[in-house]
Amino acid sequence: MLSALRDKVGQVLLPGDTFVCQPEDTLSLSASARKDTAVCGPGLRRSGDRVTVCVSGLLRHKAPNVFWIQAHGKRYVPAKGECVIGIVTAKSGDVFKVDVGASELASLSYLSFEGATKRNRPNVQVGDLVYAQFLVANKDMEPELVCIDGAGRANGMGVFGAGGLMVKVSLGLVRRLLAPGSELMADLSGLFPSEMVLGLNGRVWVKSSSLQQTLIITNLLQSCEHLSNEQRRALFLKGQTGGAVTGSRLGLPCVHNCGIFMQKITEYFVLCIGNYGSKIGVLIASFEISI
Amino acid sequence: MEVCSSTDISLREFGCEQNLLSRPDGSASFVQGDTSVLVGMYGPAEVKVSKEIYDRATLEVLIQPKVGLPSVRERSQEQCVRETCEASLLSFLHPRSSLTLILQVVHDDGSLLSCLLNAACMALMDAGLPMSCLFCGVTCAINSDGQIITDPTAAQEKECRAILTFAIDSTDHKVMMSSTQGSFSVHELQQCIAVCQNASEKIFEFYRDSVQRRYSKTL
Repeated sequence: MLSALRDKVGQVLLPGDTFVCQPEDTLSLSASARKDTAVCGPGLRRSGDRVTVCVSGLLRHKAPNVFWIQAHGKRYVPAKGECVIGIVTAKSGDVFKVDVGASELASLSYLSFEGATKRNRPNVQVGDLVYAQFLVANKDMEPELVCIDGAGRANGMGVFGAGGLMVKVSLGLVRRLLAPGSELMADLSGLFPSEMVLGLNGRVWVKSSSLQQTLIITNLLQSCEHLSNEQRRALFLKGQTGGAVTGSRLGLPCVHNCGIFMQKITEYFVLCIGNYGSKIGVLIASFEISI
Repeated sequence: MEVCSSTDISLREFGCEQNLLSRPDGSASFVQGDTSVLVGMYGPAEVKVSKEIYDRATLEVLIQPKVGLPSVRERSQEQCVRETCEASLLSFLHPRSSLTLILQVVHDDGSLLSCLLNAACMALMDAGLPMSCLFCGVTCAINSDGQIITDPTAAQEKECRAILTFAIDSTDHKVMMSSTQGSFSVHELQQCIAVCQNASEKIFEFYRDSVQRRYSKTL
């Protein structure tokens, strides 16, 4: 079966495709004992002696024997150990409820921060961004987040986000950015000096030295997903040099909170910046990038 | 099962596009001849406590007709699509979540239910939901001469005495759902099932081609 799996690496598989144990996979009694196991990752399910594909995508392989299906997706499903960006939505007793973009709100205890004790509570408000990892994440239980690692250190996790912009991208794009030796990441970091936090739930937070640069980085990030390497480099070059943000239509005074990217309408990237009091709807500004 | 030689297993031209809407988690558009359907899929998302099921995902299907408000006909189509999707989705992997499928009829020129089923399957694949198998919808009609026409247009449907729609699964090519109207004999029913099973092969090949095309640009 390993050979059947290996043959299909790099091919597109659909739900329902099956890999069965071939007769030649059986071990002979005289052969030395060897472990011929395949580790099935996301998208592959084992039922009895067959491995079935349950998501459509490309079959990927990592030596020596790990196989998984790489699928395009936008909806995040929590998995243990993954680091995500969450938005604190409520404070109930000693636990914060955090929205991670999944089907349930995750819980984050106030003691799961570095140096937090019952007397020394962390300064977390509703609406804050937190970078945390899943301690418990399975289909049967409520997901739990922590902002410390096994040794009790923060290790980059915790509350963050003053002055930056968080946008939602597809899950595949974040995985590409986090892959070691990613060219996309190298190109992005060469644009402007900036700080980025990448959550595996498809959320990316960017902060650069000015608002325009932040917006340029986020807009380029969202548009470069389906471009080839050359097209992307050409676009980034234009964004860095020639592309100048031609100014806001509505003359906003300043940005208070993180803007949330609303929608891309052809060349205009409509941005929602905060809520202003009791006004119906949100104040929007549109920035036109001239490329 | 012997198929009558006068049957015509010709299907109209298909077209499909995935991931065309930016907001839903999965979206697809399926075109069969002139019949066109657009689907948006949301999930697994939060579910109201009154609707949650402790061990499975709650699937909601909404069909919007081209003109007017959804009526009883749409409700019965929704039930057909929902039963088929629930049979093929691995919904036990997402308990206490909701999956919402919204189908908009863009144009109806016959074989609407099968177009809805095909579009729903493509949207579920696009959203990356775990499925045990794919399904496709095939409509066939029996006209007054006893001829079986696959994928009839609206004009052909009007002249026929029976219209049968089947949902066929991709692994065993078995019938998952059937919705029929009109009168026909048992023998004709079995012939229609055989014809639809043959036609479903073409549709599954088309699914594979379109998904391959979609992933061909992945670096």
